[in-house]
Amino acid sequence: MLIRQVPRRVFDAWLSRKMAGVVELLERVCVDVVQALSASGAGVSVMASDGVHGMAAASDSSTARIEELQFTLGEGPCIDAFASGRPVLVSDLADGATSRWPLYTPAVRDAGVRAVFAFPLQIGAARLGVLDVFRTRPGSLSRAELGQAFAFADLMVMTLLDGQERAGVGEFDEVFEHGAELFQAQGMVMVQLGIPLTDALVWIRAHAYASNRPLSEVAADIVARRLRFDSDHA
Amino acid sequence: MTTVSEQRLARIFVEVADTLVDEFDLIEFLQMLADRAAGLIDTATVGLLLADEQNRLRFMAASDETTKLLELFQLQWQDGPCLDAFRTAEPVVNADLRTASARWPRFAPYATAAGFRSVHAFPLRLRNEVIGAMGVFGTGSTAFDDADVQIVQALADVAAIGLLQERTIRRGEVLTEQLQGALNSRIVIEQAKGAIAQSYHISVDAAFELIRAYARRTNRRLSEVARLVVTDLSSLPDLTTA
Repeated sequence: MLIRQVPRRVFDAWLSRKMAGVVELLERVCVDVVQALSASGAGVSVMASDGVHGMAAASDSSTARIEELQFTLGEGPCIDAFASGRPVLVSDLADGATSRWPLYTPAVRDAGVRAVFAFPLQIGAARLGVLDVFRTRPGSLSRAELGQAFAFADLMVMTLLDGQERAGVGEFDEVFEHGAELFQAQGMVMVQLGIPLTDALVWIRAHAYASNRPLSEVAADIVARRLRFDSDHA
Repeated sequence: MTTVSEQRLARIFVEVADTLVDEFDLIEFLQMLADRAAGLIDTATVGLLLADEQNRLRFMAASDETTKLLELFQLQWQDGPCLDAFRTAEPVVNADLRTASARWPRFAPYATAAGFRSVHAFPLRLRNEVIGAMGVFGTGSTAFDDADVQIVQALADVAAIGLLQERTIRRGEVLTEQLQGALNSRIVIEQAKGAIAQSYHISVDAAFELIRAYARRTNRRLSEVARLVVTDLSSLPDLTTA
């Protein structure tokens, strides 16, 4: 059986390429989110698995301050969305939010925010961060707007993993549509290399990129044990 | 001929109701539903699909791995009875797979080759809303009469009500939050299968069985155990013996 190995330098090259310009890309997507969802602001927080954050990008500077509030205060929809792996959709901050977030709620309302929608950026247990959408008027996102918000969240996941912009919303279904095999491959590589799941995702994508093969093919090889990553990893 | 067992049916409705009052976990609920629905009907397997917020159907649960593949291929090919039931909001009943190649050019030959002979599919619906579909796949000639169809559709309806219950008693956003959480839990389960398969040098299917059995023995949720597997594998004991 052919066992292919991924050289360390491929991964390193990938990683340096990945980090260049990510923040700018995310800021651009935040501006798009504001426009598409009739929002007053949008922000992305990239978070480590322990929940310690690093604010990454926002549509504008006042939104950046609002986005940082929940980390200053240690509570808020973004933190809950990250912890639970679910979106947290607060269509009216005047309706019960104060008991849930006693510090955060009055603080963002002072800043004029009336509704917050937080979408986790994640692929399974690989958690990258949260997209927050703010509105100055109460009211739910429509079904179409929700669909768009999830699409933007998917786009941001891809941006964070790849550090490159995709052609646009709707063209990044590859990860989400490949189904079981890609996800199983992620778990396998995580164990092979003894690394966090998120890094395993990056490794697999790096290999697909470096070998110019579709992600689905690489995943199938990993699951079939034709390809493994542990042999030359120090 | 009534194919559905009434006694098993009575039990499953009780169990569904019980799940709904208990602390609700969407993945557990759907897996239970798939398993029990399959148990109702002789020589049949069951798969469940739910629509996400972009109204794309997603795989959620199946009574066995072969059926899971049947559902995944329908999604990939955009071809098959569950998609029809979802699109039309009407059940697809007693389709004979050997004569269904014109209707489902990719799905029918694949399902036939996998050993299935008949298929039924039921929309998960509540009033005007269709939120998913339940596929029933028979390896024998599982012919449903009108009473069977009504019973299985009722079960699908109860499931839909269960899924939508939070929406009516709480607020519209809750179902979205739960559904997205469950869709992600499905991914976590696949990632965990890969991690266990690698750790124990077994197939991903065998890995799933290990994870499921461990969750049952320790009375924990499948999605909870799966998350632990991919975030903190060393905290778990040897799954083959523990």
